[in-house]
Amino acid sequence: MKHLLSAQDLDRATAIRVLDTAGQMAATQSREIKKLPTLRGRTVVNLFFEDSTRTRISFETAAKRLSADVINFSAKGSSVSKGESLKDTAQTLQAMGADAVVIRHHASGAPHMLAHSGWTDGAVVNAGDGTHQHPTQALLDAYTIRRHLVGDGGRADVTGRDLDGLRVVIVGDVLHSRVARSNVQLLHTLGAQVTLVAPPTLVPVGVEAWPARVSYDLDAVLADEQPDAVMMLRVQRERMSTAGGGFFPSPVEYSRGYGLDGRRLRALADHAIVMHPGPMNRGLEISAEAADSPRAVIVEQVANGVAVRMAVLYMLLAGEQTTNVKVEAA
Amino acid sequence: MSSGTGAPIDGARPAGTAPSPDATVVLGAAEIGRALTRIAHEILERNKGGADLVLLGIPTRGQPLAQRLAQRLAEVEPGLEAVDLVGSLDVTMHRDDLAQHPTRTIGRTVLPDGGIDGKVVVLVDDVLYSGRTIRAALDALSDLGRPRAVQLAALVDRGHRELPIRADYVGKNLPTSTSERVSVLLAETDGQDAVLISGGAR
Repeated sequence: MKHLLSAQDLDRATAIRVLDTAGQMAATQSREIKKLPTLRGRTVVNLFFEDSTRTRISFETAAKRLSADVINFSAKGSSVSKGESLKDTAQTLQAMGADAVVIRHHASGAPHMLAHSGWTDGAVVNAGDGTHQHPTQALLDAYTIRRHLVGDGGRADVTGRDLDGLRVVIVGDVLHSRVARSNVQLLHTLGAQVTLVAPPTLVPVGVEAWPARVSYDLDAVLADEQPDAVMMLRVQRERMSTAGGGFFPSPVEYSRGYGLDGRRLRALADHAIVMHPGPMNRGLEISAEAADSPRAVIVEQVANGVAVRMAVLYMLLAGEQTTNVKVEAA
Repeated sequence: MSSGTGAPIDGARPAGTAPSPDATVVLGAAEIGRALTRIAHEILERNKGGADLVLLGIPTRGQPLAQRLAQRLAEVEPGLEAVDLVGSLDVTMHRDDLAQHPTRTIGRTVLPDGGIDGKVVVLVDDVLYSGRTIRAALDALSDLGRPRAVQLAALVDRGHRELPIRADYVGKNLPTSTSERVSVLLAETDGQDAVLISGGAR
């Protein structure tokens, strides 16, 4: 693994390896001393062109727990606001000796560009690009699902197991959601059955090609599928022009059709879990009752994010460096 | 699971892999059993009984060896329970040679319920070679607690130390050349008990 750009790049064996490694990383995080010396002397740059709280903090925590040096870069307050291009920014980072670049960008494909342009030698990790991909979120979701729903509800050892036969329903703003795209691909790779539920206006063009079923009726899906996990997506109002952006008539109407409220919560099977990638719009796609219910694993998703990102950084940076030819000092 | 620069990594060999056909058997199942029994007695003798003992096996093959030692200790010493004695200690994330090898799989670290603070920890590994694995183990141990003392048991000591580390309990000293390869096979991971030497100019 040289870069992590898309959930599609992960085959079943690699994905399971990341999840297993994340399991061992998570075990170290319950110790009194959480820091490991594994990536000492390596430099990880967090390059964030778009606002983010949990992803940036999560990557920063993961890198620091592995003893890497972390440089945080956000577009606000940097030369990017003076009009510097991605290329010049990347070359500046290269000059500083970044071993890995974690990038979030509002343009789909920016991480791919960075990885394949030769602007930087470091490993590139996609931390969310436009409406395209967010692979580490998909990995942490898969990890959370595996922990809860595989191996007798987390009591047995899940090392090496996939998500075979589990039913996952992803509800909401699929059109703008990179989380949904990455999750559909990864969960499918791991053997889970994915159903997307959204109002017709928020279903992307070309969805027929995705390895998932599509429905417009949440209540019918919850009743027919009896899902093991329900993942609510955030309604991305910042990507819509006005309040509902013409995608739906009003927030109340969206909530009524596609929000997870107490009634729908009680319709779920006893073992089913409720997930949300955050940040939540309480009262819009998820009610406070559902978000705070014992079957919601939303806070745990954040904790698992650190373990999964530690695993990704370990797998990208700890092994043999084949492509990074260092120039010997004369 | 000791390794030196340029030498193959003994412990990294996946379970069930057949060693090369020209391998010489240096220890058979009976000899391995006798060596472990002797080491078990030496551990009890040195520590004046089994109180406060913890055996930590280093994955992959140190782990079953630690289990077997714990069973022998429990048989000899009244009042000892094998399950309270034994754990495993993964050292992958503390190694100094991570950048020289393909990415290693991380093993499990499991401590007995009593933890390791104030205990006498006996590290158990299959092959003692450069000593770098043990250095990593000592670092890993200090992140987990503060044992009263740390001792080292190895089934095979093949020499060629690169660090000032020695074993307290050795199953067999095997003088080898660095071009030779020592493989430890255990019933738990490989289906049979044997120590083999292969390769080298002989």
